Amino acid sequence: MNLDFAQLVPSIPYILYGVWVTLQFVAVSLVLGFLWGTVLSLFKIGKITILRWFADAYTSIFRGTPLILQMLLIYYAIPQLTGVDIGAFTAGVLTFALNSAAYISEIIRAGINAVDKGQKEAAMALGVPYRTMMLKIILPQAFKNILPALMNEFITLTKESAIVSVIGALDIMRRAQIVGASNYRFFEPLLLAGLVYYLLVMLLTLAGRVLERRLAKSD
Amino acid sequence: MIDVNSLKKRFGSNEVLKGITTKINKGEVIAVIGPSGSGKSTFLRCLNLLEKHDEGSIKIEGSDIRSMEVHLRKKVGMVFQHFNLFPHLTVLENVTFAPQQVLKVGKKEAEKDALELLSAVGLSDKADSYPSNLSGGQKQRVAIARALAMKPEVMLFDEPTSALDPEMVKEVLQVMKNLVKTGMTMVIVTHEMGFAKEVSDRVLFMDDGRLVEDQDPAIFFENPRTERAKAFLEKVL
Repeated sequence: MNLDFAQLVPSIPYILYGVWVTLQFVAVSLVLGFLWGTVLSLFKIGKITILRWFADAYTSIFRGTPLILQMLLIYYAIPQLTGVDIGAFTAGVLTFALNSAAYISEIIRAGINAVDKGQKEAAMALGVPYRTMMLKIILPQAFKNILPALMNEFITLTKESAIVSVIGALDIMRRAQIVGASNYRFFEPLLLAGLVYYLLVMLLTLAGRVLERRLAKSD
Repeated sequence: MIDVNSLKKRFGSNEVLKGITTKINKGEVIAVIGPSGSGKSTFLRCLNLLEKHDEGSIKIEGSDIRSMEVHLRKKVGMVFQHFNLFPHLTVLENVTFAPQQVLKVGKKEAEKDALELLSAVGLSDKADSYPSNLSGGQKQRVAIARALAMKPEVMLFDEPTSALDPEMVKEVLQVMKNLVKTGMTMVIVTHEMGFAKEVSDRVLFMDDGRLVEDQDPAIFFENPRTERAKAFLEKVL
């Protein structure tokens, strides 16, 4: 064993700055993925055949191909086709949002279907329009039920975000690799990166528990 | 007020309503009874478009209900067997939700109305509770208040006491009796024969998707015309 963390010390701020990059990346992907996933789930349970078909095909493709392939396609292939260079961060966010939307739409669809159909009937009998019924009656109940599954998806997203390092976005992972390469010592920076990811996931888990408890107040 | 003419409804190849014709007048209290599977609930659900009928027509004050979907639902209140309260909203929010969202009543006014209705069903002290903290009888009384908050002209009850523990049936029936006194037009699908006999103006006896008897309750319960009604009453009374 010859570990030398002293050599790592000057590079710690550099690696930690990656937390900010990763967080930005995850937060934007998460919000976009969640919104798009909700829309897709509404397509799936809706009455319009073409939208249902689209949402099913979409999910099938994004779940059926590797994430890293999707990212490389968006990062390298889009500029080749269109001549527009979208940059590593944007390409990463786009990939993750599009990809996680496929998973999230399935989670939400299951959550909506699990809401008692009496809820829909009660809302209909009161003359509540479809949109209001979805937004204020069905979705709030669905989200409460699927919160653990959603948190799981968000945690996965946080960890998997490390693959944006492949296209050169300066996240925690990439920074750890750069520091490792310049010192010829990889163990210490990678260990630090692992610790940081672990702490991020723990924070997210904790936030999920707090949210779950708040939503449980009507039980 | 409600005119039902040769109403038919199928689920797949199964014909549940085989031509129902009847009239419901303003202020009348109608009890719909019959064996399970006879189409009582389906008939009731057709009256506010929770099921769409296949043939025949339903007219409310002369206009076909299929052409007045949203307007209709404001006029017709419904109480379900399983209450269907919104579990994520408090009792007060359950009652104020539709007036605020559908009738666009202001929050203050909706709450004032709701508290009056809750006090009428004896639950003012539960305004801030969630449905999960109520007994079955209390839930059903909230559900009645919630339907009444839309100021309907007709109230439909789909077996309102069938999911209740026996000791809670009375409190719900009492609320319904009070409602009868206000002159509300009511259509009640029920297995509570004593209640049907006491409060209804007419009994509709259904069997196998048909309206078998349309009768004054005193006559129906003492001396039913048809064999099927006799057989049914022998079983339940």
